[in-house]
Amino acid sequence: MFKNLTIGQHYPVESPVHDLDPRLKIMMTIIFIVSIFFIKNFTGFLIVIGFLTLSISLSKVPVKFVIRGLRPILLIIIITFLINLLMTPGRTIFKIGFINVTEEGLKQAGFMAVRLTLLIMGTSLLTLTTSPIILTDGIESLLSPFKRFGLPAHELAMMMTIALRFIPTLMEETEKIMKAQKSRGADFESGNIVSRAKNLVPLLVPLFISAFRRADELAMAMEARCYRGGDQRTRMRQMEIKNIDYIAAFVFLVYLTAIILFRIW
Amino acid sequence: MSIIAENIKYIYSEGTPFKTLALDSINLTIKQGEFVGIIGHTGSGKSTLIQLFNGLEIPTEGKVTVDSRVVGEDKKKLKLIRQTVGLVFQYPEYQLFEETVAKDVAFGPMNLGLSQEEVDFRVKEALELVGFNYNKIKDASPFDLSGGQKRRVAIAGVLAMKPNYLILDEPTAGLDPAGRNEIFKQIKTLHKKSNVTVILVSHSMEDIAKLVDRVIVLSKGKIHMEGTPKEIYSQAEELEKIGLGIPQIASIVKELRKCGFNIKPDILTVEEAKIEILKEVKRRNV
Repeated sequence: MFKNLTIGQHYPVESPVHDLDPRLKIMMTIIFIVSIFFIKNFTGFLIVIGFLTLSISLSKVPVKFVIRGLRPILLIIIITFLINLLMTPGRTIFKIGFINVTEEGLKQAGFMAVRLTLLIMGTSLLTLTTSPIILTDGIESLLSPFKRFGLPAHELAMMMTIALRFIPTLMEETEKIMKAQKSRGADFESGNIVSRAKNLVPLLVPLFISAFRRADELAMAMEARCYRGGDQRTRMRQMEIKNIDYIAAFVFLVYLTAIILFRIW
Repeated sequence: MSIIAENIKYIYSEGTPFKTLALDSINLTIKQGEFVGIIGHTGSGKSTLIQLFNGLEIPTEGKVTVDSRVVGEDKKKLKLIRQTVGLVFQYPEYQLFEETVAKDVAFGPMNLGLSQEEVDFRVKEALELVGFNYNKIKDASPFDLSGGQKRRVAIAGVLAMKPNYLILDEPTAGLDPAGRNEIFKQIKTLHKKSNVTVILVSHSMEDIAKLVDRVIVLSKGKIHMEGTPKEIYSQAEELEKIGLGIPQIASIVKELRKCGFNIKPDILTVEEAKIEILKEVKRRNV
């Protein structure tokens, strides 16, 4: 049940994409998202697809995994597609009862679906190639200029790190408790919504108790090691810009230029 | 009436880089009424194996049969298999969730769809089996109990389902010696009284040696050795090779024999050792 959760799931292999500086990767991803909205027609998507294909093949992450990241938002893609398909006015292709499909609608729907798909594939490549810890390090570093305005960058990053760190632990715990209750004849898979929700009580109560216990223990362990966040903390992994980052930045700039030129032209 | 495992293979996360072979070519029969110990160090596949026995996991290859019913063949029968094979997980106290001890123990029997009377009867019986005074404990909150007490409540929760096979995964992990002895004493009495088959999973040699009729040693997902505790522990070198020790007393006997003491090699308890060593001392004095 928890085996097909890709968003935030790191795929650990060695590749040039994995090696990139997290700050660079985060910024490139943000600009990538913006760049997709620059595109006004299908031909433009070819540039994006080309860039994405290059990145995915360099990352050594199987395409299957990148596509799997689409699963949670498949419903959103389908709804977007249908709404665009049915609500866009224009030249009617066919009509059944109140359903009116227009040529413009079909185009618009396909366009939106492709846009969303590329968007998610691009962003999940970031999480697939960057371990959560490194990712939060990157976010902390990117946010640190805002410390001047009172933004607790380190604390935010620490909170994120801890939250991310505990996702697999809690999932494991959930599975364990689920199995234990299943052994006592609990049923999590059948029944209507109300009885299903009720059946979750034997799972949720122990899970909350253990989450609180873990939080307590972690706080104690951090205090025992004299943790106090913020200034003067050094880090084990120093982030530095390497040659590969310059190359990646260059490739990305080429991509961006192509997108902009295509838009103007 | 038995649990039969035939040519079991189990692979975790197949088709991902996390793929691991947890169990490989396991063939095993556990008969009704037996007291079996499964030992192996962390990651040897013990926990996976016992989860196959009650249908929480289905083997990648091969099949498990419980009382001539193939596990996983019919999804609707899984509940029945889980009733037949009671599984007490490691640290079972973490599964408690109800307001009162009695309600928590009743969770299993309630899920079986029994009548309220039958449930109440079983709850009382199960709580007494694990050494509680029913009237005193029934209305207590499980979260107010001590660690050892919580664990006994959790075990009672499985016993109340009246399984034919009771599997306990490290039932004494994290308990102090007194709590440990208490649990083992009760498991032993339970086995004697009710003819329930007990499968005890542990990495502690001491515990298993004293209790079980048969030991199955797992290593790297395979059955490494199988036999009576005496047969197994007389092969100390073999056990050490796969990262397991032998009971302290057995290694003392081994060392004594090396020094020329003429005592039996297959001693497992301190009592036995005492008798044998005294005999040898007397012999020497004469």
